[in-house]
Amino acid sequence: MVPHPDGSTPTLVPALTEVGPEDVPALAAGAAIFGTGGGGAVHNASRIVERTLRDFGPVQLIGVEELSEDDAVIMMSGVGAPTVGIEMLSSTAQPETLLREAQRTLGRKITAIMPAEIGGSNGVSPLGWAARLGVKVLDADGMGRAFPEATMISPNVAGVRCEFSVQADVVGNVEVRRPIDLKWLERHARAGVVASGGIVMAAHYPLSADTAPGAVIPRTISRAVSVGQALLTASSPVSAVADVLGADTLITGKIVDVARRTEGGFVRGSLTIAGTGSDRGRLQRIELQNENLVALEDGEVLASVPDLISILDAETGHAISTEMIRFGQRVAVIAWACDPLWRTDRGLELAGPRAFGYDLPYVPFERKSTR
Amino acid sequence: MTHERELSIGVDVGGTNTDAVVLDQDGTVLAATKQPTTADVVGGIRAGVARVLDEIDDRRHAVKRVMLGTTHATNAIVARRSLARVAVVRLGAPSGTEWPPLSDWPDDLSHHVLAGSAMLGGGHMLDGTPIMPLDRYGLLRFLDSIEGRFDAVAVTGVFSPSYPDQEREVDAIIRDHIGPDARIFLSQDIGPTGLIERENATVLNAALHRVAHDVTHALLAVVEEQGLDAVTFFAQNDGTLMSLDFAENFPVLTIGSGPANSIRGAAYLSGAQDAIVVDVGGTTSDLGVVVNGFPRESTLPREIGGVQTNFRMPDILSVGIGGGTIVDVASGRVGPGSVGYRIDREGLLFGGSIPTLTDAAALNSSPIPGRSLPTVDGRTRDALAASLAFVADRLEAAVEQLSLGRMDLPLVVVGGGGFLVPDELSIATEVIRPAHAGVANAVGAAISLAGGRAEHIADIEDREAAIEAASEAAIAKAIQAGADPLKVEVVEVLETPISYTTHPAVNVSVKAAGPLSRLGTTMPALP
Repeated sequence: MVPHPDGSTPTLVPALTEVGPEDVPALAAGAAIFGTGGGGAVHNASRIVERTLRDFGPVQLIGVEELSEDDAVIMMSGVGAPTVGIEMLSSTAQPETLLREAQRTLGRKITAIMPAEIGGSNGVSPLGWAARLGVKVLDADGMGRAFPEATMISPNVAGVRCEFSVQADVVGNVEVRRPIDLKWLERHARAGVVASGGIVMAAHYPLSADTAPGAVIPRTISRAVSVGQALLTASSPVSAVADVLGADTLITGKIVDVARRTEGGFVRGSLTIAGTGSDRGRLQRIELQNENLVALEDGEVLASVPDLISILDAETGHAISTEMIRFGQRVAVIAWACDPLWRTDRGLELAGPRAFGYDLPYVPFERKSTR
Repeated sequence: MTHERELSIGVDVGGTNTDAVVLDQDGTVLAATKQPTTADVVGGIRAGVARVLDEIDDRRHAVKRVMLGTTHATNAIVARRSLARVAVVRLGAPSGTEWPPLSDWPDDLSHHVLAGSAMLGGGHMLDGTPIMPLDRYGLLRFLDSIEGRFDAVAVTGVFSPSYPDQEREVDAIIRDHIGPDARIFLSQDIGPTGLIERENATVLNAALHRVAHDVTHALLAVVEEQGLDAVTFFAQNDGTLMSLDFAENFPVLTIGSGPANSIRGAAYLSGAQDAIVVDVGGTTSDLGVVVNGFPRESTLPREIGGVQTNFRMPDILSVGIGGGTIVDVASGRVGPGSVGYRIDREGLLFGGSIPTLTDAAALNSSPIPGRSLPTVDGRTRDALAASLAFVADRLEAAVEQLSLGRMDLPLVVVGGGGFLVPDELSIATEVIRPAHAGVANAVGAAISLAGGRAEHIADIEDREAAIEAASEAAIAKAIQAGADPLKVEVVEVLETPISYTTHPAVNVSVKAAGPLSRLGTTMPALP
């Protein structure tokens, strides 16, 4: 594992070798936390995946370091509007169509798929697709969290070109794209999503044993499961989750203000949290655009993208998405360091505070508490 | 002209008690009673109605309406009792094939309910484009394959709340095929977008049609036995009423009516249009919010009998504090255990040995007339005293959570354990303990309006037209549910923006409600 710039390493979690139906609740709870407020609702996805793994058996996980010359990997995700996703659900044919088309375009067999993002429903669904397809899952993802745009993905940071992308809709239409870069892919893919009724399933970024190392965020499925297990089994879930993540609790308190609006297909706004207990008297603000982007207190940035900020239910430890935040909720705000890849110049250019329109310098978040 | 005022009877059939009240036209409570609920339902209703009619004696002929609120449907699901066998049809394949109907139902419940299911071509995309042509032949083949093995059909089409025609066409095809008396339930009539939850609710609704028939006929039987010339209504989840034949078709809409009636009744008895209501029972305290006289609805999916549904339910916060909550003297812990209905044997106040919150309340003044706390040791006394402070804290936190930080709302206290609520809470302007608080549920049923809800999706430029279309549909549903066409109005408009469409789109959801129409009279009687 790559050490952090400050020399520390995130808590090592055991690498899983497979994911079975009994792991899905933990994976879903963990993926919701990595969603940092966005990433879509994990509830439907986890119900479907749990059932699929029960019907088709557990999915084999392989680490990036275990990839051989014979392996070819592709990222898979759902793309589109969550409002549509709860009504026009996926078909069993979509993952099969994608895999077949991707293999044809690549000219070789695809042996594993991986989530494009571990945050939210897209961190959970690929396990079900893999079970159905009979392929392995790479224990890694393309974000280490959830981000709203196609450009904000790790191989793009690492300078690996996206050779092609395949999109399949629920009716059976398939589109193959060979974009010159991710900005163009975003533009064309969006047009395709609209034509397909608001939601599609996509496969992109074919990777190999040569290109994957350093271009993906490693071991994130195992990590999400560990975080979820801590949440579901510990007697004080918030501190257990923080320990597994290497996170600090920024504030414990209650939501006293929610300002949200929808703009260009994104939810933008801010939340204010008033401290309770030993945090009484403190006020913290979270800026958001689908995901939680910046945590501020007394004009000072405590944490910002690409580092991760998640709002948890103070009692249960479950992540609360930006849509579900309500006045009066008792919450704990936690923050932790992103993968070092995001802290490179290219990473910050694509997903630092300025990429989201904040005129703020990026200050790397470091864990202060030691346990 | 007699100038006799019209009277209403409200009945609430709970798991334990059946409450009944008589209200006059001003809403004054003229009579109230609590009777044990009977296994056949009708016995409890009969006893309750007979008792309040006795109390008003010579004015029984003035009873013009009988309103029933009940958890009977909920209990039938929980007990897997009297459920019909349902053929489940979903239109929209290949969409949703990843998730066949009833996939997440508890096995024993789906075993009771499911006669067979089919995922057929059909359904619509967000913009109205058909996903696939309707598979008429597949539909007929499916019905033939399960011939004679189902009592009802539940039909759910993708985006049918916005594009209802196809479900209606399927309804016609089925009637044509198996006869005009077929029991067919369409998802567009049951719930908003969210396919799995709407389908689940539609199937539950179909499964409950006999239960609904039984309870509506129980009410009619009692009304007839008593010789009342009254119109009958059912209370539904959102605090509005529906006519009896509507209730018979939509029993699933009664499932959340208990808390809704309690909240509406409490608000009404206290005169508060905006308030927090706490119903303190033996095991839990259930808190809700009244906004403009209606219960605030939950935004989260609700589970019933292990099944996820998305029909609108009151936003209820349950806290593990009730009159029977056990105070553990050794650890100082309060709850979550409760002696429940055994409090009249096990509580200290009743000669038992288990300290409860009722005993804690008795430190100040006895909440139970004629009973006083026996001598207890110092540790027990300290633990009981500390538990009262804990209760005040928990209730205050719960009120704060529900009130969204607003400090200007009163707190209305109902239920048998109401004495646990302190007279002063820093988060509420005042604590109100209305008269007849024990039968707030039945009062809530008696004062409800008739209502309806409808949804429409449109481009954002057409949002006003969409609101108008949804309003018309909601008003039509409210009238169908019994509202006075001259007085029904739109009471709520919810807009949800939708991304990834050609033009920015919006989903509008409109609720309409109005006072019940006065059948057989053209003018309200003057005092």
